[in-house]
Amino acid sequence: MSETAPQPKTAASNPPVQPIASNLLPSDVVRISATKDVPQPTRQLEKVAKLIDVSKCIGCKACQSACIEWNDTKPEVETNVGVYENPHDLTPNMFTLMRFTEWVNPETDNLEWLIRKDGCMHCEDPGCLKACPAPGAIVQYSNGIVDFIHENCIGCGYCVTGCPFDIPRISKVDHKSYKCTLCSDRVAVGQGPACAKACPTQAIVFGTKEDMIAHANERVEDLKSRGYENAGIYDPAGVGGTHVFYVLHHADKPSIYDKLPENPRISPVVEGWKGVTKTAGLAVMGVAAVGAAIHGIFARANKVDEHEEKEAEKLVVSGGSDDRGSV
Amino acid sequence: MPRPLYSEPGDRIESTRPVTVSRYRGFIRANHWITALSLILLLVSGLAFFHPSLYFLTGLFGGGQTARWLHPIIGVVLFVSFMVMFIQLWRLNLPTPDDRKWLNQIGDVVKGNEENLPELGKYNAGQKFIFWGMTLLIVVLIVSGIMIWEQFFGELVSIPTRRWAVLTHALAAVAIILVFILHVYAAFWTRGTLRAMTRGTVTGGWAYRHHRKWLRELAGRRQNGPAE
Repeated sequence: MSETAPQPKTAASNPPVQPIASNLLPSDVVRISATKDVPQPTRQLEKVAKLIDVSKCIGCKACQSACIEWNDTKPEVETNVGVYENPHDLTPNMFTLMRFTEWVNPETDNLEWLIRKDGCMHCEDPGCLKACPAPGAIVQYSNGIVDFIHENCIGCGYCVTGCPFDIPRISKVDHKSYKCTLCSDRVAVGQGPACAKACPTQAIVFGTKEDMIAHANERVEDLKSRGYENAGIYDPAGVGGTHVFYVLHHADKPSIYDKLPENPRISPVVEGWKGVTKTAGLAVMGVAAVGAAIHGIFARANKVDEHEEKEAEKLVVSGGSDDRGSV
Repeated sequence: MPRPLYSEPGDRIESTRPVTVSRYRGFIRANHWITALSLILLLVSGLAFFHPSLYFLTGLFGGGQTARWLHPIIGVVLFVSFMVMFIQLWRLNLPTPDDRKWLNQIGDVVKGNEENLPELGKYNAGQKFIFWGMTLLIVVLIVSGIMIWEQFFGELVSIPTRRWAVLTHALAAVAIILVFILHVYAAFWTRGTLRAMTRGTVTGGWAYRHHRKWLRELAGRRQNGPAE
């Protein structure tokens, strides 16, 4: 293992025969959940991205199969209830899912079969990482990949609360959270994600974010020339852009693609919870506890005196009546 | 016999020279300490999830995973134990006209000038505030807590609702910790109070100074009540 892997520029290339050393190191981490002051890496990896061109997708689910194969997950066999999705939702064992929508275009009255590959978007500003209370359970690398480090995960589900895309799923078996890793283990050795490699129509492509944006722009141009005048890129700015992004033929209406959020961002509720509540709450509790302790030690206590003990005796002996009245 | 106004039927004068008064029997004391222990465990584990600088507290439970599954279970224990206490205590914690006078003279309370304050039944307005504050916050915490209990109720509410639940849970937790600090502080500052929850009795002087109507009623009952 002498040679270090190159940074992957495509998912198409085949791996080298000889073993190579990982090129995605702990020192390439730029953000760590529940951790302040992460030492910033000495090098900046080139930003990577996976582009999903919805207009090219044929719904074959090869990406799902490749994902299961590479990640060695075993999604449960479910019952056919008459929909195309299989399984019915993302699960701790299914990191990516083709979501199918039958949509009648009101302008043309044509039925359009919209197929969107759902999965982690690898946000530049990840809500899961912001919400996570467990130090080191979620990390973000300088190439943009957001990864769950399962040995640190406590299974609380806060990442579910934080994610604007409803992606993480908590396993009922080991109580840890799972989602697409963008095949960080493949990227580490110079390979693209398994789904992109398996895609027969190159609806899924992988490379540097810059290359993918250029490619996406070409695709948008092509779609526009074919009459999809609202074709465009879905790379939502509300989460700082994403490292998995779409080309949509109806980019003006993302929600028709099985409720793809129009303007995803980390919810202000989550921001408030993890921001001012956390800081101010800790300060208030700290001041109250310390203040009470200091006051308790130094302030004059409220003590019963001998006179009151005597008065109590008198009161009890007299059966509850004294000079101040009776019951 | 009609229900007493200022005391529980079980409260009584235990001895006269010196006077000691039974304030809490064994069951409620034991239950109170179950609530207290639960609250402390919840506070420690909850703070660990609340702020990264306190995450190390999960170590007391054997790690983050254990703290994560234990926290809500202790929450249910606290809820049940507190509800039992609620049933036993709510009646004498209802507000009375004396509470307003007491609150208006809060300065005298803080200075310890109790001779200026109205005579009170078993609880003063401060104690009632703690009782009702705890009640309200515990209900808010159990409801919001179940909504975010991933292990068993992960699908119960939508994710946007869950965001509000987690925020509410955090805010209510901060509030209940403040009430808890006030409770412990007041019990400590007002000397002679803690024994009511340990031995179950208070001195006559304590009852005379802080809860004279309560003492007066017990004294009257002792003399006029059924033969012992």
